[in-house]
Amino acid sequence: MKMTGAQIVVDALIQEKVDLIFGYPGGVVIPIFDALYGAKKVKVILTRHEQAAAHAADGYARATGKVGVCLSTSGPGATNLVTGIAAAYLDSIPVVAITGQVSTPILGTDAFQEADMVGISRPITKHNFLVKTIKELPCTIKKAFYIAGTGRPGPVLIDIPMDISKATLAHYEYPKEVIIRSYKPNIVGHPQQIKRAASLIKGAKRPVIFAGGGIIISGAHNELLELAEKTNIPVTTTLMGLGGFPGTHRLFLGMPGMHGTKAANYTLHNSDLIISIGVRFDDRVTGDVNNFAPYAKIIHMDIDPAAISKIIKVDIPVVGDAKNILTQLNKIIEPGDYAAWNRQVSKWKGRALFSYPKSKEEIKPQAVVEAIYKETKGEAVIATEVGQNQMWAAHYYRYTKPRTLLSSGGLGAMGYGMPAAMGAALGLNKPVIDIAGDGSIQMNIQELATISLNNIPVKVVILNNGYLGMVRQWQELFYNKRYSSTCLMEDNTCGECKEPEKCRKKYVPDFIALAKSYNIPAFRAEKPSEMLPVLRKGLKIEGPAIMEFIVSREENVFPMVPAGKSLDQIMEEK
Amino acid sequence: MSLHTISLFVENHSGALSRIAGLFSSRGYNISSIACGITENPTISHLTIVVSGDANILEQVVKQLNRLIDVIKVKDFHNEPVIDRELMLTNIHTTKGSRQEILTLINTFNGKIASASSSSIIVEMSGTSSTIDNFITLVRPYGIKELIRSGKIAMAEAKN
Ligand SMILES: Cc1cc2nc3c(=O)[nH]c(=O)nc-3n(C[C@H](O)[C@H](O)[C@H](O)COP(=O)(O)OP(=O)(O)OC[C@H]3O[C@@H](n4cnc5c(N)ncnc54)[C@H](O)[C@@H]3O)c2cc1C
Ligand SMILES: Cc1ncc(C[n+]2csc(CCOP(=O)(O)OP(=O)(O)O)c2C)c(N)n1
Repeated sequence: MKMTGAQIVVDALIQEKVDLIFGYPGGVVIPIFDALYGAKKVKVILTRHEQAAAHAADGYARATGKVGVCLSTSGPGATNLVTGIAAAYLDSIPVVAITGQVSTPILGTDAFQEADMVGISRPITKHNFLVKTIKELPCTIKKAFYIAGTGRPGPVLIDIPMDISKATLAHYEYPKEVIIRSYKPNIVGHPQQIKRAASLIKGAKRPVIFAGGGIIISGAHNELLELAEKTNIPVTTTLMGLGGFPGTHRLFLGMPGMHGTKAANYTLHNSDLIISIGVRFDDRVTGDVNNFAPYAKIIHMDIDPAAISKIIKVDIPVVGDAKNILTQLNKIIEPGDYAAWNRQVSKWKGRALFSYPKSKEEIKPQAVVEAIYKETKGEAVIATEVGQNQMWAAHYYRYTKPRTLLSSGGLGAMGYGMPAAMGAALGLNKPVIDIAGDGSIQMNIQELATISLNNIPVKVVILNNGYLGMVRQWQELFYNKRYSSTCLMEDNTCGECKEPEKCRKKYVPDFIALAKSYNIPAFRAEKPSEMLPVLRKGLKIEGPAIMEFIVSREENVFPMVPAGKSLDQIMEEK
Repeated sequence: MSLHTISLFVENHSGALSRIAGLFSSRGYNISSIACGITENPTISHLTIVVSGDANILEQVVKQLNRLIDVIKVKDFHNEPVIDRELMLTNIHTTKGSRQEILTLINTFNGKIASASSSSIIVEMSGTSSTIDNFITLVRPYGIKELIRSGKIAMAEAKN
């Protein structure tokens, strides 16, 4: 069939079963947007900023498991995607980012709105392409989707010069498959390694399962549950792994790491065998790597050979897909005797994994998250921003299903939550709650327009503490309470702040008035008695809503393992 | 820190080299030499990279190189018998008095004269990096006007 480059892009999206993309137009992509105009099978959501388009594609991908797609113009449009692409890269999320580029004859000449996107995105993409002839366009798009969605997933960028979009290909056909000789992800775990793992597990006295984002990506949650229940081994999951194992399960220890539970951290620290599955031993999790799990042997199951022994030397590596490996392992596994160890672990667990001081005067941010958990019966999909709000969302909501927590873990990009919730809500066709801080929410606040006009059921819960809370917490604990540039109420009349508790300054913006101007229903709770009514009102409404909770200003996230300390050095609430 | 010679077979297209170099620079590693050319298969290029660094970190870098979509095969030749060669071109200052001595040296090292004038000789020489180092030490006192080296290329020794 005869087609232009722009038409090929649209047809390729349809062939890849993409029904929804997030984009923002500009000069060099007008041909592509023109081809999208009226396309029945692909809907375009016009965001208000390209960063939000990238996060929305990412949120769509995390929630649905499909590849998310975003589209921008060259130069500033493309550079605006960068944070979103980096966030997807660090969390191994499949996204295809299509950027327009200046025409091939003027490439590299500092042409109007030219930015070398292949260069800029090189370290934050799994792979990227500059399309140089129209002939290679169909195959390039096929490869991009294949690479993004297979193996260890990740973002792939396709840079398409304007003259390629406008050129015509006489005989277009979308390839059915591609073979890339240098890219063959290893799915099947080596049976011999799996046998060795099984015998180590049987012989262990103090084992623990340490699972992460790889469980969610692989869809191995049922196999993980089977392994844990067959062996009676306690389970901890990273932030990225939350939902990969039921948060309500008797064997669940909560999240480990800097803001992990005492139970998870002590269990990891004292274990003699760590069965790690789809985790990358991030420094937020390991603390001081030289003191990480000093008594343990480590089994590491991961699809990426480069993840093995990257941070921590591993005793038994098993390279492959978690689901494949666990299915094999579950067939041969025999539990050892861990009774004494499990008694110890339950002591560490105590009555609750997390607790906070209750209050009658102030709304506690933790209480808000707990209430969301109860009101939604644990069945909601939650997106988070970054900071304390993110940690409370991880602690006080118990995720029982995979793909129900969407959070920027690796990059920690403030401004991620609301656009990601938008993408997820559209992908799932159901409401998604964004748990937000008052700082982060302002990083992509412009998306209220997108949400409003498209009636996307995003419920934004703002935990307003008037601070960049997580940074303020560090300043309180490690910098002598010198709140340098973290108070969001600070104005040009403030001197050095001696008594932040007594501050009565007015908060800007007024989120309720702002929401009104976007035509979105909004409610504020200032006292504990107003918390539940506001929450119920906001959740009940069909379509978007904003719920603002004025929370205790200097609440801290505990427990905490200070940066660089080992996991047994836990700071708790005083 | 130890010196490693890494051999890579990669797709012969634009972008591959910068991706590979990026993995070293993001670790703050300086590549001491890099030689690139095509192989018997014109769609495949070969690179030989010489870099010094911590062995564990380089093992990690090699895994990450392997992960690049453009990389077909990687090997670190550390502690392995290899055939390696480098090419050098150097322009040496000559005088009536020194000329004969220099020609003798070139001859001993199996060098070739690529070009000559009344005041200088351009020598072409291939050999192992250490042979070339030796030659340079010996001719340096005569005055080196210009010197460039290709960087090493390496191949595992022939086996039965
Ligand atoms: C403010 C802040 C605080 C944080 N505090 C904590 C904390 O206290 N605790 C915590 O846990 N995290 C915390 N994080 C998150 C942390 O930064 C990391 O993002 C997270 O720990 C990484 O999770 P992961 O190891 O599961 O890896 P992921 O980034 O989810 O990586 C997935 C791993 O699985 C592998 N994989 C992918 N697909 C498959 C497959 N099919 N089969 C098998 N393996 C596969 C990948 O190769 C990779 O190794 C925090 C983040 C922020 C922003
Ligand atoms: C884009 C970006 N800039 C800066 C940071 C550093 N940072 C991490 S948490 C945080 C504070 C977040 O404040 P807020 O959104 O109000 O959430 P809170 O911690 O108060 O819940 C900051 C500034 C970041 N993670 N991302």
